[in-house]
Amino acid sequence: MRVEAKLLLGLGLFFGLMCAVYWNWSLENAGGVMMFAGMLLGFLPGGYYYWWSRRMKPRPEDDPNATQSGGAGVVGAFPGTSIWPFTMGMGAFLCILGAVFGIWLLLPGLSLVVWALFGGTAEGRRGGPH
Amino acid sequence: MEKPTLPPQGVTTPSHRRRRVWGVVALPLAALALAGCTVPSFGAKAGPTETSRSTYHLWQGFSIGAAIVGALVIVLILWAVVRYRRRSDEIPPQSQYHLPMEWTYTIVPILIVFGLFAATIVVENQVVANPKTDVTINVNAFQWGWKFTYPGTDAFVVGQTTQNPTMVMPVDTNVHINLTSTDVIHGFYVRAFNFSRYALPGIKNQFTFHAVATGTFDGQCTQICGLYHSLMFFRIQVVTPAKYQSWLASFTDAAAARAAAKATGQQTSSVVPSKSTSSHGAQ
Amino acid sequence: MVDVLERPGQVEEHGHEEHHGPTGLLKWLTSTDHKVIGLSYTITSVIMLVIGGAFAEIVRAQLTSPNGHVVSLAQYNELFTMHGSVMIYLFAGPFAFGALANFIVPIQIGAPDMAFPRLNALSYWLYLTGSITMLSGFFVAGGAANFGWVAYAPLSNSANTPGAGADLWIGALLLTGFSAIFTGVNLCATIFYLRAPGMTMFRMPIFTWNLLITAILILLAFPVLTAGLIMLYCDRHFGTHIYSVVGGGVPVLWQHIFWFWGHPEVYILAIPFFGMVTEIIAVFSRRPVFGYKGMIFATISIGALSLGVWAHHMFTTGVVLLPFFSIMSLLIAVPTGIKFFNWIGTMWRGQVWFSTAMLMALGFLATFLIGGLTGIYLASPPLDFFTHDTYFVVAHFHSVVMALVLAGFGGLYYWGPKITGYMLNEPLGKIQFWFLFIGTQVLTLPQYLLGLDGMPRRVAIYPNSPQWKTLNVWSSVGAVMIGVSTIIFVVNLVYSWKRYPAGDNPWDGQTLEWFTTSPPPHHNFYRLPQIRSERPTWDYNHPEHRSLAHGHHEEPVHEEVPVA
Repeated sequence: MRVEAKLLLGLGLFFGLMCAVYWNWSLENAGGVMMFAGMLLGFLPGGYYYWWSRRMKPRPEDDPNATQSGGAGVVGAFPGTSIWPFTMGMGAFLCILGAVFGIWLLLPGLSLVVWALFGGTAEGRRGGPH
Repeated sequence: MEKPTLPPQGVTTPSHRRRRVWGVVALPLAALALAGCTVPSFGAKAGPTETSRSTYHLWQGFSIGAAIVGALVIVLILWAVVRYRRRSDEIPPQSQYHLPMEWTYTIVPILIVFGLFAATIVVENQVVANPKTDVTINVNAFQWGWKFTYPGTDAFVVGQTTQNPTMVMPVDTNVHINLTSTDVIHGFYVRAFNFSRYALPGIKNQFTFHAVATGTFDGQCTQICGLYHSLMFFRIQVVTPAKYQSWLASFTDAAAARAAAKATGQQTSSVVPSKSTSSHGAQ
Repeated sequence: MVDVLERPGQVEEHGHEEHHGPTGLLKWLTSTDHKVIGLSYTITSVIMLVIGGAFAEIVRAQLTSPNGHVVSLAQYNELFTMHGSVMIYLFAGPFAFGALANFIVPIQIGAPDMAFPRLNALSYWLYLTGSITMLSGFFVAGGAANFGWVAYAPLSNSANTPGAGADLWIGALLLTGFSAIFTGVNLCATIFYLRAPGMTMFRMPIFTWNLLITAILILLAFPVLTAGLIMLYCDRHFGTHIYSVVGGGVPVLWQHIFWFWGHPEVYILAIPFFGMVTEIIAVFSRRPVFGYKGMIFATISIGALSLGVWAHHMFTTGVVLLPFFSIMSLLIAVPTGIKFFNWIGTMWRGQVWFSTAMLMALGFLATFLIGGLTGIYLASPPLDFFTHDTYFVVAHFHSVVMALVLAGFGGLYYWGPKITGYMLNEPLGKIQFWFLFIGTQVLTLPQYLLGLDGMPRRVAIYPNSPQWKTLNVWSSVGAVMIGVSTIIFVVNLVYSWKRYPAGDNPWDGQTLEWFTTSPPPHHNFYRLPQIRSERPTWDYNHPEHRSLAHGHHEEPVHEEVPVA
């Protein structure tokens, strides 16, 4: 995870430098705040990856001499087909239409979103309908 | 083959002398040649103000650089596809790096960029400068026309869309413009002056023109501002200082005439005199 | 049903079970397979390209005469707004990071799917419903949004632009914005966590690297747009005064927020297409990518710098720090130049063959060169002052985006066989290329001259000058040629339907996706090769022609490749 960590930390550092120069020179707050937030977005996951890379076991994908049999086998169990993304998408669509045409549309919209949240979480835990 | 022997140091041979003469003559020849041919305009125009001309020269400089870089890259691409087009199924050499070359085409563009930036700063400081001026014009953009007022005088020009209000200003004078908008953002754009600036509501943008040639120049709104954005025309008329003064005076006379008529109780037409003169500018 | 995602061992025959599942409409509604989602994105975004293109043809028809009567002034404002909006928000972005990326990135790194398959599907549904939302503006009272694709305040407030069209536009961008953000999360997680053994970060293909950088840019930029849009909606409906002078707001704040997203957005659009071009040029020159690491660092530089240049779109406001944004914008030319020289270096000493995909990539190079060089002028504030909001800028960005369109068609011709299992007809493709490439130059070159001569952008009518009319007519001819090229592409799709079966590797491709079948099986791979460079398929097929690390000596690197 070293390269990933360095990439994100490097970006965070670059944005921090850019922010320092820009905000002090221009005294313009919108850009200053946005660049500062960009710096945080680099440091937060980057810092986590860096901390984690020093504690984790080496992964086959970071090993330049790895063999495919070394990484063979189960990668993970993911829900396959699922109706919940579509349901949540339709719910979000209705919520947005509610923002345009009338707040009553939030009722079916939010219902679908919440139903999809519960259904999708349960599917992930249980493994979905068999 | 025998290696050619070099002449001892300090001795000049006929070929050395020939080369030296050419070297001495070449530089002024090049200068003369360059002076003789004009640098192309690359589509822009010099314009009638000091800053329009500096901007024009900056444009030409950038264009020469762009032409050289563009020509180089096009030649390289064409060379690659012609010279290295497929002639057989043989697999070509699989080299992948050439660090000296890669460093070269990293460093050289950085240097070019700093050169372009330096030239930009010089012109930019001139364009955005606001030196002391005697003439100030307030420009107010609105949907969908322009209003020009001359503080300290009675001059007042307003017009909508194709009424094409004309801003009159004197030549060889620093003219300070205060630009704002009463509603949405408009673009104050005068192509001949190589300039534009946004008219922003709640903000006063300030810039200065110093015209060095007279004439009438078209302007238009360039920032989408609603239904009649395509029709928000105006003009700038640069006149001699004498004409400018007489134009200003016509407003004072008209105002005085209105005041006199009011004082004698006569009904006067409520047409603002500036409206009829706006389309024609100074006579 | 649960999928257990497995990765096969090295060059083993994996006993593949038949994948059972729903078919037809139910399959489309419930699939979380990145290949199905990627194909859905591709079809939807190409339909958006056609819709946005139709708007453009009407705009160009109006501008063919100075006082055109094809549409009214009000309809014209809707047309150019929706042309730009559909093209940028609904075609270019989703095609760049949702279509080919979804399909190709997992296969290029040897992953069985994206890291979050259901989130991936949600991204698509948000994109589709967002597209429907934006286009439905045409059917409401007051018409669609009409304030330009940038929606500057105060023009976009409820006083100046009442009506549901603007709100539908805002809502659509909220939906597609979240779609993009979720895709960005998915791409980062997939690339960080699901690479095959031996596929270290610096052995990933350039296309995948570019999508990683794009994903990070999406995460940095899109939330800013989303926040700005929500504030615009509040100004319009909840009586806030964020962007209005009345009440102490600042209209220019909208521009800062919009362009902080807007400039990274154009690189979010461009960088994936750069990746496509890199892959195509390497394969059709039969050479490795020249300066592989330099390419990656150049792309990272472009991405990083792109977050510091937003106000070069605001030079004429008079309220931004000109020198800072000028030097940052000029500096972006440097890594872009590095990429150009690396593309040329890839072809150098190669065996270049001119398939349709390669022609499209070369067309991209020529067109992006023009667009990129004209962009350098715009980075200089004095030069921007007289070109901003004129047809010079319109020409600049149309050169750039048409270059991306050329690259995108290159990607379709290159990866089409992998995705569908069938080749597209090459002669028809080449005819399409010439119409598209020449049409692009005929469209844009007159527009540079029009802008320098003073024609503003976003105007429905213009003063009756014979020179302007001639240039506008030529530009419209270019638009028609581009339209013809699109029709040729559709004809090619229909004509080539299931006609030319493709093998696993019709182009002698180098990267991992060419190792599997066309189309790939469920979970993408029956077998995987050993990965020792960024070209695992090439190394497997041509072990005696692996890349030379240094440019000078010709002997191959001494390394034993275990026999399968």
